Amino acid sequence: MKLRIERSPFYSRLKSIAVMFTSIILALALVAVIFYLYGVNPLIAYGKIFRGAFGSPYAWSETMVKAIPLLLCGLGLAVAFKAIIWNIGAEGQLLIGAIMATWIALSFPDIPSTLLIPLMFALGFLGGAIWGLIPGLLKAKLGVDEIITTLMMNYIADNLLKHLVYGPWKGSEEWGFPYTNKFSYSAQLPRIPGTRIHYPTLLIGLILTVSIYVLLMKSKWGYEIRVVGESREAARYAGISFTKIVLLVMVVSGGLAGLAGVGEVAGIQHRLRVGVSPGYGYTAIIVAWLGRLHPLGVLASSILFGGLMVGGDMIQVAMGLPFSVINIFNGLILLFIIGGEILIRYRVILTR
Amino acid sequence: MINEELAVKMVGITKRFPGVIANNNINFEVKRGEIHSLLGENGAGKTTLMNILYGLYAMDKGEIYIYGEKVDIGSPKDAIKLGIGMIHQHFTLVPPFTVTENIILGYEGNNLILKTDEAEKRIMELAEKYGFEVDPRKKVMYLSVGEQQRVEILKALYRGAKILILDEPTSVLTPPETKQLFNILRRMADEGKSVIFISHKLDEVMEISDRITVLRKGKVVSTVSKDETSKRELAKMMVGREVIFLLSRPEVEVGEIVLDVQGLFVLDDRGLTAVKNVYLNVRRGEILGIAGVAGNGQKELAEAIVGVRKALKGKIFVEGKNVTNRPPYELMSMGIGYITEDRVGKGLIIDLTVKENLISKVYSAMTRKLFFLDKDLAERYSKWLIKEFDIVAPSPETPAKTLSGGNLQKLLLARELAIEPTLLVASQPTRGLDVGATEYIRERLLEQKKRGTAILLISEDLEEILGLSDRVAVMYEGEIMGVLPVKDANIEDIGLMMAGAKRLNR
Repeated sequence: MKLRIERSPFYSRLKSIAVMFTSIILALALVAVIFYLYGVNPLIAYGKIFRGAFGSPYAWSETMVKAIPLLLCGLGLAVAFKAIIWNIGAEGQLLIGAIMATWIALSFPDIPSTLLIPLMFALGFLGGAIWGLIPGLLKAKLGVDEIITTLMMNYIADNLLKHLVYGPWKGSEEWGFPYTNKFSYSAQLPRIPGTRIHYPTLLIGLILTVSIYVLLMKSKWGYEIRVVGESREAARYAGISFTKIVLLVMVVSGGLAGLAGVGEVAGIQHRLRVGVSPGYGYTAIIVAWLGRLHPLGVLASSILFGGLMVGGDMIQVAMGLPFSVINIFNGLILLFIIGGEILIRYRVILTR
Repeated sequence: MINEELAVKMVGITKRFPGVIANNNINFEVKRGEIHSLLGENGAGKTTLMNILYGLYAMDKGEIYIYGEKVDIGSPKDAIKLGIGMIHQHFTLVPPFTVTENIILGYEGNNLILKTDEAEKRIMELAEKYGFEVDPRKKVMYLSVGEQQRVEILKALYRGAKILILDEPTSVLTPPETKQLFNILRRMADEGKSVIFISHKLDEVMEISDRITVLRKGKVVSTVSKDETSKRELAKMMVGREVIFLLSRPEVEVGEIVLDVQGLFVLDDRGLTAVKNVYLNVRRGEILGIAGVAGNGQKELAEAIVGVRKALKGKIFVEGKNVTNRPPYELMSMGIGYITEDRVGKGLIIDLTVKENLISKVYSAMTRKLFFLDKDLAERYSKWLIKEFDIVAPSPETPAKTLSGGNLQKLLLARELAIEPTLLVASQPTRGLDVGATEYIRERLLEQKKRGTAILLISEDLEEILGLSDRVAVMYEGEIMGVLPVKDANIEDIGLMMAGAKRLNR
């Protein structure tokens, strides 16, 4: 008897969901070992994470706060990944969105919020889109690897932000902290009372979930994106412009991350500061994959990862465990999902 | 008693693959000193049977005797030990190694220092004996395909092969190279070696064989002696019905020039000049055939015309408009269809559905209201094409990768012909297809010509070129060696031109 692996002719949704859950369970099991080595009962630790994330209305609200930027970034990345464009730069695109929004908020503090807020979102989208467009153009015109450029653009954005908050935009009322001044009230997003959920951004995220679904599954662009993603050569031979698709997905992908950045400064921080994002743009990569690049899947996995971030804070405070455990967990999930991909695309056959 | 006259005896060989019986109770014998052809369509089970003999596949049932002795062949290593050698369609040589180094690869002996001198001497002896021309010190990367094939044969002989299997050996050769190969094979048979020649080309089989075994759908139809059969009879056995050799070519009034190529130069993937100063034109309702051994610039020529490869120099006009180096989507919208030779990698997206493949050139026209695809229209369109082009697919939603090779090609053809192209570039449209599908594709091309499409047909199959084209151009090392009306073409001249030995002056 021999084992043989061959390409599976059918894509099975059931199998892909099974792989997704198996990935989570395997990651949970491995992290349990780490908990155990720290001398912590894994079940208790997981119990605390779960309660911290989903155990009370407050926990839920905090989970949603984290889920909002993950959802926006994840949706954008799903579009890029569908076309097999490896945008690793959601983090930088988010930061640029935050910077643009801050610029508007600090420049026009007195115009009414019905005008100011949409302007901040528009400029935030534009900023993120341009930050995505630069690697997109380099990819399309010169064939520069987008993995490297999008990643490097993150550092540029991060340092630009640092330069601004330590330098020209440093707040006069902030006692020397690397913060800008607080936004005027008209530049702050309304929240659901008693929580930090800035619902306009959440609403935008939900509307975009539906819009991206329509874009990917029903529209001509979605068709082009899928064709390019399956075979770049075949797309070219069918007369689909690769340049157009790269630029399109990078604009959508970067723009959505930019919106997430606006939400963070206008909805949570009410100012620009170092550490405005605890790595949402990177976690969103895992969110997109765990959601199997499907908008509804991304929505679900953004809530899961939002919960993990909140629960992670919880075990850090309550049990003295490092937050890095959560990062390890995230990393493991991604690893298993990518490994599991082979089980979805291929099947194992016993032969004589 | 051992029957020494039978080199190979295979009895009741059965091999199943998921869903098919590739070999069904096959009996097959090869005598000492004979050239025995295995003839059959693609998928008839020829290669499977030989892969079993060479130890690449394990059979489900059956027995094998070599020189009368029952053997158990578990791997190619066993086969080589028994004196069996196999030359595959794809060579297994290491390009930067010399001929000698390639031949002794795996048989270097246990000495720390390679004794290449001795090996070289033996190789020269073998080469002389069978009439090869090789330089044992030349690196394989500088050899032509024909020379590389000779190295493969030498390698088998060096390892002591007495039974040599050749899988479609002439598919990569020019006519003179084929002739040379046949001389070598004949000499080997005269020496008492046995040669098994896998082919689906009737002319060659009739030329070289002593006996012929015809396979169809995994079964032996018959084993016949060459002297007692004819091409027509073999063809009948092969496909189970009479094949029309000459398609009835419709008389079509040729119109104005559609494609005009002037002084074109194109580079290949390695940056070498693959197309050199090519001039040609194709008119409405005309098929211009490009003959030539694969790799002489045909692919690059086709790709430059349809816009997926850059032209270095020269001009391409379609319907009088200069389209040199215009992007593919622009050329497509001018009605240029392209059947690429790489139908799975470039022509189709096999992970998508049949429908998604069929609409990939027309989806823009199927877009309503902003940018929504009209699902019903796409559905109806693909159902119509599936029916019209006789594509065997359960539904438009079937993944393309579940289709057979012939149906994939029909899918590609349907997509390209549905746009009613003014110019169609068809590159190796029937390569690897069985007789049924081949015939179908050829008829569709003739049909399209009747509808006024100008067709540039690129094919390695001379019979196809001569059967379909109005004019033939022969390509050799990137140059057009001559263009002539098919009625004036003689196959020897074309063969000479394909090998670069003749050039028509115009």
